Amino acid sequence: MKLRIMTLAAAVAAAMLTAPVEAKTFRYAFQGDLNALDPYTLNETFTLGALGNVMEGLTKRDKDLKIIPGLAERWEIAEPTRWRFYLRKGVKFHNGEDFTADDVVFSAERALSPESNIKSRIAAGTKVVKVDDHTVDFVTTAPNPILHYEWDTWYIFSKKWSEANGATKVQTSSSQLSPFTLKANGTGPFIVESHQPGVKTVFKPNPNWWGKPEHNLTEVIFQTIKSDATRVAALLSGEIDMMDPVPVQDIARIKANAGTDVLTGPELRTIFLNMDSLRDELLYSDVKGKNPFKDARVRKAFYQAIDMEAIHSRVMRGNSANSALLISPLLFSRAAEFKRHPYDPDAAKKLLAEAGYPNGFAVEMDCPNDRYVNDEAICQAVVAMLARIGIKAKLNAMPKAKYFEKAGATQKYDSSFNLLGWTPGSFDSHNVLLNITGCRDDKGAGAFNYGGYCNPKVDELAKLVLVETDTAKRDDLIAQAFRIVHEEAGIIPLHQQALNWGVSKKVKIVQRADNQILFYWVQKE
Amino acid sequence: MLAFTIRRLLEAAVVMLTVALLAFVLFRFVGDPINQMVGQDTSIAEREELRQRLGLNDPVLVQFGRFIWNAARYDFGISYQVKRPVTSLIAERFPATFELALTAALFAVLLGIPMGVYTGIHRDSWLSKLFLSVSLVGISLPTFLIGILLIYVFAVQLGVLPSFGRGEVVRIGGWTTGLLTASGLKALILPAITLGLFQMTLVTRLVRSQMLEVLRTDYIKFARARGLSDRAVNFGHALKNTLIPVITIIGLQLGAIIAFAIITETVFQWPGMGLMFIQAVQNADIPVMSAYLLLVAFLFVLINLIVDLLYVWIDPRVRIYGREA
Amino acid sequence: MSSEEQGLPALEVPPSTRAAPRGLPARFFDSDLWYSFRSSRLVVLAGIVTLLMVGAALLAPLIAPHDPYDLRALNLMDSDLPPAWVQGGDPRFLLGTDDQGRDILSTILYGTRSSIAISVLAVLLAIGIGVSLGLVAGYFGGIADTIIMRIADVKLTFPAILVALLINGIAQTLFRGRLGGAEFWILVLSIGLSFWVQYARTVRGMTLVEKNKEYVQAARLIGMSRTAIMFKHVLPNVLSPVLVIGTINLALAIITEATLSFLGVGLPPTEPSLGTMIQIGNKYLFSGSWWMVAFPGVTLAVLVLAVNLLGDWLRDALNPKLR
Repeated sequence: MKLRIMTLAAAVAAAMLTAPVEAKTFRYAFQGDLNALDPYTLNETFTLGALGNVMEGLTKRDKDLKIIPGLAERWEIAEPTRWRFYLRKGVKFHNGEDFTADDVVFSAERALSPESNIKSRIAAGTKVVKVDDHTVDFVTTAPNPILHYEWDTWYIFSKKWSEANGATKVQTSSSQLSPFTLKANGTGPFIVESHQPGVKTVFKPNPNWWGKPEHNLTEVIFQTIKSDATRVAALLSGEIDMMDPVPVQDIARIKANAGTDVLTGPELRTIFLNMDSLRDELLYSDVKGKNPFKDARVRKAFYQAIDMEAIHSRVMRGNSANSALLISPLLFSRAAEFKRHPYDPDAAKKLLAEAGYPNGFAVEMDCPNDRYVNDEAICQAVVAMLARIGIKAKLNAMPKAKYFEKAGATQKYDSSFNLLGWTPGSFDSHNVLLNITGCRDDKGAGAFNYGGYCNPKVDELAKLVLVETDTAKRDDLIAQAFRIVHEEAGIIPLHQQALNWGVSKKVKIVQRADNQILFYWVQKE
Repeated sequence: MLAFTIRRLLEAAVVMLTVALLAFVLFRFVGDPINQMVGQDTSIAEREELRQRLGLNDPVLVQFGRFIWNAARYDFGISYQVKRPVTSLIAERFPATFELALTAALFAVLLGIPMGVYTGIHRDSWLSKLFLSVSLVGISLPTFLIGILLIYVFAVQLGVLPSFGRGEVVRIGGWTTGLLTASGLKALILPAITLGLFQMTLVTRLVRSQMLEVLRTDYIKFARARGLSDRAVNFGHALKNTLIPVITIIGLQLGAIIAFAIITETVFQWPGMGLMFIQAVQNADIPVMSAYLLLVAFLFVLINLIVDLLYVWIDPRVRIYGREA
Repeated sequence: MSSEEQGLPALEVPPSTRAAPRGLPARFFDSDLWYSFRSSRLVVLAGIVTLLMVGAALLAPLIAPHDPYDLRALNLMDSDLPPAWVQGGDPRFLLGTDDQGRDILSTILYGTRSSIAISVLAVLLAIGIGVSLGLVAGYFGGIADTIIMRIADVKLTFPAILVALLINGIAQTLFRGRLGGAEFWILVLSIGLSFWVQYARTVRGMTLVEKNKEYVQAARLIGMSRTAIMFKHVLPNVLSPVLVIGTINLALAIITEATLSFLGVGLPPTEPSLGTMIQIGNKYLFSGSWWMVAFPGVTLAVLVLAVNLLGDWLRDALNPKLR
């Protein structure tokens, strides 16, 4: 007890020396919930971002998303299939335990366990070998140039703590939250003080963090605010310091307000339109006996009928970047080579006539109305633009729970024309070539190819991309694949939406393009 | 009396069972919970496995049977989204909704009754007309619009009241209350007005029409003839007689208020059961939805049952004819 | 939100509605009803406003400057324009435009039409179901009565909004994939089915009273069938409370439609009703585009207010105790 008081006194003294005494509480709000504090349960940006303040991976990404050392000080490729990671020494978990190679091996097993939602972090068949207490080898079945690309969000668990707290198994998506998921034990700069899922989470700085803190906070409070208007109001009235996302139409209002501003930046998610080009007859159309979307001219007509400039300036109010590709230009070095097919309703009409539909046809469009920025408004605009080339598109806007059920695999892609958004989790084009443009098979390829677009040539290129280690050659293969999709308008890319964070002028915060909210970089006045 | 009670209890049980069935049918139409539970990269096979684990692939009847069996033991399973037992979620969220509903009801009564009395007595005064017109606005604007407008004026423009949440809460045993802190009380004002406005209108109008009726009865005319003062007649005799139906209605309304807190709680991010429900609907969180529906149904059935039994107790004739609306 | 059972103390049938058969117009203008209508300026105003709005809504295709449902005529570049008299306004769009470039004035006209149509049809549906079930329950009693009244209890356990959400969810799935405006009928169905109980209860109560009166007994004696008695004799006598509840329900139906739209299950945004317009405009309230929510909001409020005033007056006028 006495010792405790003395440490406390020492800590207080230290705090008084290093930081100003006044409390600096950073309050932020997001539209979604933070549920389990087990980062292996839900592979989702916001959850991983919030926990990234508390737990750490072998690698980290810096303010520009460049990969930097995290819990591993450095690494090398010993052989093409053997990577060696040298772990940081002297790192302690929040509960005081030392961080060692055992924790990495344990975390790899945990990440690959059946209940894990982040299995994709470590390629199947990879062996994790402890060399000594601070060295770990990763042995892969084939050369893998992007082995560690997603490791900044593969957070390391403490083996001992997990065993003591019944956390060796991943919290499953279907079972009750175990007590351990209401707390978290990481190595990161913040400690979870209290957690009320779906309502409020309180963080306190970790005084024993191995790095040098770049924040000046004494407390962080996270709250869920679902309603857009309420979130905006809470920021305007100064009840919170930061919130995400800002509805694009409210940006001007928040900027005009004396104490608040909007941080805008490019986001990695690409929004695009899928046309069912797989079925022999469209499910929802007045064209019977054939599928107009099988004809590339029809798809291109749709492409050229959509005035992306208008959508950019009106629906998105300038907060989007029109895209010719299904991946953000930040993630593909040769993106600049691609230009959108120009907006040209007359050419579109001509293409339709050539394809045998001079008077257009009717089709239903499915669209989520609570998933992406102004998703429903984009769909409305698209439907109106298509009307001008004679396409009678009927819009079915629905909540995301219904939308993903209908247009996705659950109901066997029960949709003829729809809107989807995608961020490649690995920040790499192969993810897109596999999930979005890949022919659907029963092994999971093309699982998010909601239009069933399929070109074997693209798939072949994708296979080559996977094993090519030379960056220039690899990029060339990717470009070839994207070129095919682009030329035959297999999927219509629309834009990358922008990140819009509403912030109080009292705080300085780093906005990273992956939309993780990392408050270990926050400075508050 | 006993036979009647047993019959009504049985009927109440049937009602609850039907509600359970309806609640259950609803599940099948709100969408797919799986997509909201996993990250975007999760493979189809993993999703299918999860579906299997949740028992969503079982025959409908099996699922229904399991649901009823568990519900009868007050076990509604685990929320797909929040991943905690629904019963503890409800226990956690109930105080917020209850305090909001109670405050809204108080607001409705404390303003509604005086306004109703005044408009009943001074039928044709301009103030009465003003009261009635203002109270009509309460039922002429959708709740969500009233909430947004209040936020806009009092939180954003004037900055005097918070726009969301419950403020600081104090925990007393299993109950959390916002009534003991200044920020908690402030946070309560806007949502309570939003929720109570509609009820206030109802109370005002109900009291007024009851007053109008009572004031015409011979008994009041007689009281006046006896030379009692207006004040004594109005408040001593008339108001007393109008209060019984008013109290009954307000009792019945408390259930309705709790149910209609859904919209108010959504607008104000009030961490109560209504917000929990609407989020559950958006995420197809079946266990939470069904539990909420059953709970609301239970409240209504309970209140109805009590009212019915009270009526019988007061007026034995009802035993023969049944309760009239 | 639910006015069920409240504010409507048991209504007695006023003698005026049982007047001797005479020419209908004459009977109407002679009646106490007409007298009490004329005697309140507020009610007259409400009547005029209601008539005007219903008329404008009916004639929407003729008087609206634009056709907001014609997607080809929409131009995204016209979106978010303020009313014509405000700086930056466009004379083509008197009340401004919404986020898709639809003319607010025209959309209000069309939207009011949808809102009124949905509400009227929903209330008629509720009356149809409620009155029939109420008559059957009251007249036949016994098992039929128990079943119907317990169904009513089940329904009452769910507030109108929840019932509407439930029916909406089911209907959306059933009608999924039909080209054409299923949403309209889904709304009618969901609102209608959530309002019938009040009629059933009222009609049942009155039927219980009526069926023991001499004239029904007499009709039975001369051998009229039960159905004939029910519809020819009992029904006309229970209609005036139904009319009153109907008017008040009409106002409630309009609000319910708006609320359902707010919750995202209303008419599609390509064919907006007043509720959908408010829901869309609500998103732009903070951004300064007040006209998107203000005009439809005011229209809705005025419409509901007028209908409510008429309902009030009907109730007072038809309730002999208050005369």
